[in-house]
Amino acid sequence: MMLQAKHTTGLVFFPAFDWAISPTHPEREERLLYTQDQIIEEGILDIDGVVEMKPDMATLEDVRRVHFCVPDEWSVLTQSHLISAGGAKTIATAVMEKRVERGFALVRPPGHHAMRVVHGARGFCNVNIEAMMVEYLRAAYGLERIAIVDTDCHHGDGTQDIYWHDPDTLFLSIHQDGRTLYPGSGFHHELGGPTAMGSTINIPLPPGTSQEGFLRVMEKVVLPILKDFQPQIVINSAGQDNHYTDPITNMNFCAQGYARLTEMLQPDVAVLEGGYSIEGALPYVNVGIILALAGLDYSKVQEPDYDPEKIRQSAETDAHIHKLTDEILDYYGKCAEIVAHNRESKEFAQRERTIFYDTDNILENQKERLRVCPDCSGVLSIDSLTDRGYHIFAVHIPRKACNACLALGEEWYDTVNLRAYDRAFLQDRRNNRYLTKSS
Amino acid sequence: MIIGLDVGGTHTDVVLLGPGGIERQAKVPTDHSNLIECVWSGLEKVTVGFPADRLERVVLSTTLTTNAIAENKLAPVGMIVSSGPGLDPETFRTNPHYHVVSGSIDHRGREIQPIDPMEIESVGARLRNQGIRQVGVVGKFSVRNPKHEIQIQQILEDHFDYVVMGHRLSGNLNFPRRIATAYLNAAVYPIHKRFFDAVRRSLEEHGLHIPIHILKADGGTMSFKASLDLPVQSILSGPAASVMGSLPFVSGEADTLVLDIGGTTTDMAVLVGDAPLLSPLGAQLGRYRTLIRALNTRSIGLGGDSAVRVANGILEIGPDREGPAMAYGGPCPTPTDALFVLGRDTQGDVDAARRGLQRIARELDTSLEDAARRVFDLACTRILDAAREMVDAINTKPVYTVRELLEGYRVQPKELLVLGGPAPFFASRMEELGPYTVRVVPQWHVANAVGAGLARTTCEVTLFVDTERGIASAPEEAFYQPVKRDFDKKKAVDLALELLGEKALAEGADPGDLEMEILEEHQFNMVRGFYTTGKNFRVKAQVKPGLIGTYRSIINQIHASRDVARQAGSPERG
Ligand SMILES: [Zn+2]
Ligand SMILES: [Zn+2]
Repeated sequence: MMLQAKHTTGLVFFPAFDWAISPTHPEREERLLYTQDQIIEEGILDIDGVVEMKPDMATLEDVRRVHFCVPDEWSVLTQSHLISAGGAKTIATAVMEKRVERGFALVRPPGHHAMRVVHGARGFCNVNIEAMMVEYLRAAYGLERIAIVDTDCHHGDGTQDIYWHDPDTLFLSIHQDGRTLYPGSGFHHELGGPTAMGSTINIPLPPGTSQEGFLRVMEKVVLPILKDFQPQIVINSAGQDNHYTDPITNMNFCAQGYARLTEMLQPDVAVLEGGYSIEGALPYVNVGIILALAGLDYSKVQEPDYDPEKIRQSAETDAHIHKLTDEILDYYGKCAEIVAHNRESKEFAQRERTIFYDTDNILENQKERLRVCPDCSGVLSIDSLTDRGYHIFAVHIPRKACNACLALGEEWYDTVNLRAYDRAFLQDRRNNRYLTKSS
Repeated sequence: MIIGLDVGGTHTDVVLLGPGGIERQAKVPTDHSNLIECVWSGLEKVTVGFPADRLERVVLSTTLTTNAIAENKLAPVGMIVSSGPGLDPETFRTNPHYHVVSGSIDHRGREIQPIDPMEIESVGARLRNQGIRQVGVVGKFSVRNPKHEIQIQQILEDHFDYVVMGHRLSGNLNFPRRIATAYLNAAVYPIHKRFFDAVRRSLEEHGLHIPIHILKADGGTMSFKASLDLPVQSILSGPAASVMGSLPFVSGEADTLVLDIGGTTTDMAVLVGDAPLLSPLGAQLGRYRTLIRALNTRSIGLGGDSAVRVANGILEIGPDREGPAMAYGGPCPTPTDALFVLGRDTQGDVDAARRGLQRIARELDTSLEDAARRVFDLACTRILDAAREMVDAINTKPVYTVRELLEGYRVQPKELLVLGGPAPFFASRMEELGPYTVRVVPQWHVANAVGAGLARTTCEVTLFVDTERGIASAPEEAFYQPVKRDFDKKKAVDLALELLGEKALAEGADPGDLEMEILEEHQFNMVRGFYTTGKNFRVKAQVKPGLIGTYRSIINQIHASRDVARQAGSPERG
């Protein structure tokens, strides 16, 4: 009897066996070693309908659709990042061209903590591999409505930042409560910018949440909102650090749960994010996810020490999650009204933030200014200063910018006082332009 | 002097190789119902009157095991499979007597669940009652820790003729392939043993006390004695023989494609420099994907005798064969008949060939010559397309390091070496059509037997070191050694090469002929918490497939005879 995938599934496996942040860092050569052993030993690459693909390299153009790299791309990224993002692109392309129904980019380094402005690495991430893939899909295939469901244990603050003002990209993150874990954000009242509220959804779960809690928020929040949003493609940032054995988090999720979650979500493209229990979790979680994507039986995939009773969430957690799901749905229902109100009442909106790059130890101060446009999601400017003294000014003109926003963005860029900044950037997504200048 | 013997589907070729090149050669029809007789009659033809003490060895390549598998003439086997969690092991069922038992080992080789000896005893008793004599024992991750396979084997060994353990078949991971490989190995064991015992007896009865070697799927040889442990390695030795037989004629400057154009199929292989590429995981034979080291070959259903027809106005060739070419009395037009119409070939019934192609010409609404040209060109381009696809597949094989992705070697064949019946005719047209320099392998009709005779002994060793667990192991070789914390990559590589050398000699290699190379060497720091707790080394080494060095002179003689043939301007025909 030959195994035959119900859904043809593409796999890019790129463990980057010669790349590490540092020799003892969690993001090191060894990270996917045992996962590779498990996948090969299980014979998954021999299953009919499971197709292993060689990753393409992403390009600097892919980076420039998403990021402002300071001072330039090669100062903040390596070839490994381009391969990792390229692997995600390879899968997405194969799905779009119907060579496979779904796919999984099992790549490293990860990307979901990388924000629009990049001064260095945050949370082990330099560039946002999902966002690079998503913007490539928009450029190459004209896709509009895209959903990214982030199931990493850490809040996907980078992806949230990039899509904060984009009403066409639904960003949904399920993660451990920011009061108890890096990066400390992702509260359920964070719902998106003034013109895009409701296209960011955060589901912060208490430490100790197990399968019951995760699957409940999938059923009650994630799937209904996805259905309402009607995306053309669903991306899963498939971090695996919610696992009960993960050394840097405090959750109680398991391989069976991840497989079931994947089966419920049916993502078109899954992209590996975090997950640092490299022996006890990743080999089993990844096998579970691949089988679930391919529509194959995963019921016998489990960790050697799996005992559902030992990791079951408390009654208190049950109650908390019930209340949380109700509140999120309530907030979500009011978003359209708030956006309309914002458009009537505001001309510009500002926010000021401090962003810490834990991996590279940089502190950034950011002032953001958005035109609350009645006709589009609005042109955006960012003034960013780091504690190393580097100061930039960046303008982002969205894909569907109206003429007024386009003109205003060009004006901002043209009239910037270059004596006050080290460098200025223009990311004009409507005309697909990326310009920089310095004095 | 060496004898090379290749038992093919229709005939058996034998050569006697010595300082003068091919000193003697013979061809006898293959009689599948009496292979021993057929092998002996071939041997007799090249050795008659020859002093036996001048014979060093005989190397045999046979279709015996390949055919047994293809025709499902396999001995009943009891399979005992210990899986633990993961994919359902029922999915990998190979045969009726397939028993899944308890026991589990993880990816680091740690025991998760012990086996249950009572359960094994009871499965063993059942198999015995069913009259089964061969058993395959396979555990998931047994190449990381073979403890369970060994325990099961110890319980069963006294009660069966042959018990094969999965970890002795290959150092590579892949549980389903390990199961299939163990199964086939146990299933062909009796016929392999019976056949080679008979060959040995037959040689000895005739006073030929010479070592018998066997050609393997990877284009290397091993001694008959060593093959008894792993008889399944003799599958697919036919295509390997032809590839090895064309090696002497490689220029060595560029990568080369070898095309063996037969009656019904064309077999292809790729040479990088003068070394044939191996299949990344192992041979596939029918529905069985295995861990058997094999040349990377591809076969398409198109050869000189493939049926030519027109369907809905479109010209089609193969993949079926209805018989020989009409020029040789066959029922249906073929590419070979097209060659007759074009005047390239004349040694047959040209009128019959023209009658066949006339039918095709009518259906294509064109002249006879044009139809013949189109048939011939389509055959050439289909073969060239398939060759290009094979090269593309090799170049898009995934890699797992940044360095390999950025700097990985790309195969770019510049030369085609062609052998097989219509080779000389195809060669000139392929050179016009493709970007390649095309050459015909001299003496191609016995290249397979020459290849068997001149192939060196090959083997592979996989060494796995885990300094946190304090162990270096090569389970395939039954090698285990404690290691200290200061073990390093150089020691790992040296150890792998040492094991490889020992293994090659034990399998019959000539000490002067060990061309060893490292295929993979990885080192991983193992970090737990914030501390480096150990190192993980993975080294794979092989004796490269290639030709024995001492017979350079034989090769030179064959080269010389080719030059003579070239000057005479006649294509060589078999
Ligand atoms: Zn994470
Ligand atoms: Zn606007």
